[in-house]
Amino acid sequence: MDLNIGAAFEALIDWLKTNFEGFFEVAATAIGSTTEGLEDVLLLLPSWVMILLFTALAWWVASRGVALFTLVGMGLLDSYEFALFGTEIAVGMGYWEITMETLALILSSTLLSLLIGIPLGIWAAKSDTVDAIIRPVLDFMQTMPAFVYLIPAVVLFGLGTVPGVIATFIFATPPCVRLTNLGIRQVSEEAIEAAQSFGSTPTQMLFKVELPMALPTILAGINQTVLLALSMVVIAALIGSGGLGDPVVQGIQQLQIATGFEGGLAIVILAIFLDRVTQAIGERAGSTAQAA
Amino acid sequence: MAVIEVEGLWKIFGGDPERARERAREGVSKAEVKAETGSVIAVNDATFEVREQEIFVVMGLSGSGKSTLLRCINRLIEPTFGTVEVHGEDVTAYDDEQLRDIRRTKMSMVFQNFGLFPHRSVLGNVEYGLEVAGMSKSEREEKARRTLDLVGLEGYEESRPSELSGGMQQRVGLARALVNDPEILLMDEAFSALDPLIRDEMQNELLQLQEMWDPAATILFITHDLDEALKMGDRIAIMKDGELAQVGTPTEILTNPADEYVRSFVENVNRTKVLQARTVVRDPRDEEEARLRTDSPSVHPRAPLAEILPTVLKSDQPVAVRNGQGDLKGVVSRSALMEEVTRNAGVDLEEEAVEEAVTAQAS
Ligand SMILES: Nc1ncnc2c1ncn2[C@@H]1O[C@H](COP(=O)(O)OP(=O)(O)OP(=O)(O)O)[C@@H](O)[C@H]1O
Ligand SMILES: [Mg+2]
Repeated sequence: MDLNIGAAFEALIDWLKTNFEGFFEVAATAIGSTTEGLEDVLLLLPSWVMILLFTALAWWVASRGVALFTLVGMGLLDSYEFALFGTEIAVGMGYWEITMETLALILSSTLLSLLIGIPLGIWAAKSDTVDAIIRPVLDFMQTMPAFVYLIPAVVLFGLGTVPGVIATFIFATPPCVRLTNLGIRQVSEEAIEAAQSFGSTPTQMLFKVELPMALPTILAGINQTVLLALSMVVIAALIGSGGLGDPVVQGIQQLQIATGFEGGLAIVILAIFLDRVTQAIGERAGSTAQAA
Repeated sequence: MAVIEVEGLWKIFGGDPERARERAREGVSKAEVKAETGSVIAVNDATFEVREQEIFVVMGLSGSGKSTLLRCINRLIEPTFGTVEVHGEDVTAYDDEQLRDIRRTKMSMVFQNFGLFPHRSVLGNVEYGLEVAGMSKSEREEKARRTLDLVGLEGYEESRPSELSGGMQQRVGLARALVNDPEILLMDEAFSALDPLIRDEMQNELLQLQEMWDPAATILFITHDLDEALKMGDRIAIMKDGELAQVGTPTEILTNPADEYVRSFVENVNRTKVLQARTVVRDPRDEEEARLRTDSPSVHPRAPLAEILPTVLKSDQPVAVRNGQGDLKGVVSRSALMEEVTRNAGVDLEEEAVEEAVTAQAS
């Protein structure tokens, strides 16, 4: 018998595929339709309206500087055609549609990360055993080269957006779990005792004291999750997830410097926007829930 | 009469509690038991009762087990052995539901470092207990506002705890504990983190509140400060290495220290400054009561003996002892006061105090 680790893992994936086919189909449909739905929503309004909305959001949660960056940066992603002295001129990268594709992918994988990562983080905070089990798994998930996730994702879900979301989800979830766990464990012992001494149920304790007090830390985790998700965009494009990874992949394959650079720049713009906005949300929560 | 009865209470952390208890009973010291069994004996066979509406102080040095003892009463810490009864009901046998109920309705707690919720406003903090008990928003807000007025925090309802000074934060802690009119108030070094002046102010206010309440709460008050213990306590328990070295009134503790440990604590105390009028008070005789009109000179039960000395010495009749509300609590006679003040005659300080008082009378 050949005791090959890789073969064992392959066997596991095969076994999952044959025995849980129904489950994977349902999951694929749910993830696929969520992502498509988000994409449709993001593309519902004309791009200039969306750019103004994103700018307003940046202004509201972050600062005027971030808003200005959003306006200019997102403006560059779009394209404009006009005639000047009889010449047709086109400016902008013309990536609006694929930017929204990428945003939809990030949003839906982040949503999945939160849905699974936050409860897992809470559980790990409550139980040292769970924490001890989860910790190495998270390390594994984060250090394994992200490309590797593509293979089982494709085997289980085929090509397209869904395996992209799944691979992104696996890669981006660890900080969400870790920081939820950390945030809850950091809540001061006296605040916990106080809540107990007034007769809180465990649920009241969680929702009225632990989660609110852990919120700034949890939001820092979400910020990291979003950025990790974005870093998967190019990799996900390799399995046909579309989005801003496409021009980069195309640039590499055909050695088109211009295309590759534009794709990369678009990702950076989106990254800065997402980072500043999620960070500002965390800071706002932090200023109201700062530890006493 | 007794509100809380603690019987043979032990709290042993880690190791093999049965064996640790066995060894401790054989007279092995806390440190040796720890070295031998790995168990930390935080509370060692505590038995005492707290009477209705009294302020029962537990005093001891750091690590003596005060906080653990207090937490065994509302079961923030599970006792290892023994029972805690509240109004004759064994709290140690309560299930989660009963425990929540008694915490919501009968006992509340004030913490050394306040234990406030930083994400809630002052009002939100005070409302907390009522909120988890399921009271409606409008009702609990109204009660919380009233309690905040009571502790002198009107106008700060919408502030965050972090915006307040330490003294004010602890007022929030106090209001949060008082909002549901608890019968029992557990206070774990509630004033220890405050500046001396603020601490004094808070002590006086607590005493005043206790006087105003009807019915007054029963207070279990933890401190490591002897002056605070003597000032606040109707009765005091002195704790050492998890054991109660002595339980008694301030006078008893000062006059008859149970052992060397307690004696070493109290030997340098100036009795006339720490003992209060209430320790020498007696019930008035009928004819005295008739004579004691409200406008006759009176002293406060909490006034230190040194302070009431001139008044009592000047009067040829026993002096009335009245609380802040003007209720007659008894009388102090010159002889009773002199007896207390000159006890342990030979101590210079006390002779000085008497002399001072006599000169004051002459002038
Ligand atoms: N969770 C715990 N695990 C192990 N030992 C503990 C634990 N909690 C308290 N102890 C030990 O029990 C003893 C009593 O501690 P406790 O906190 O009750 O003392 P304290 O009198 O309140 O002291 P302080 O004045 O410092 O608050 C100490 O020796 C302490 O180290
Ligand atoms: Mg303590």
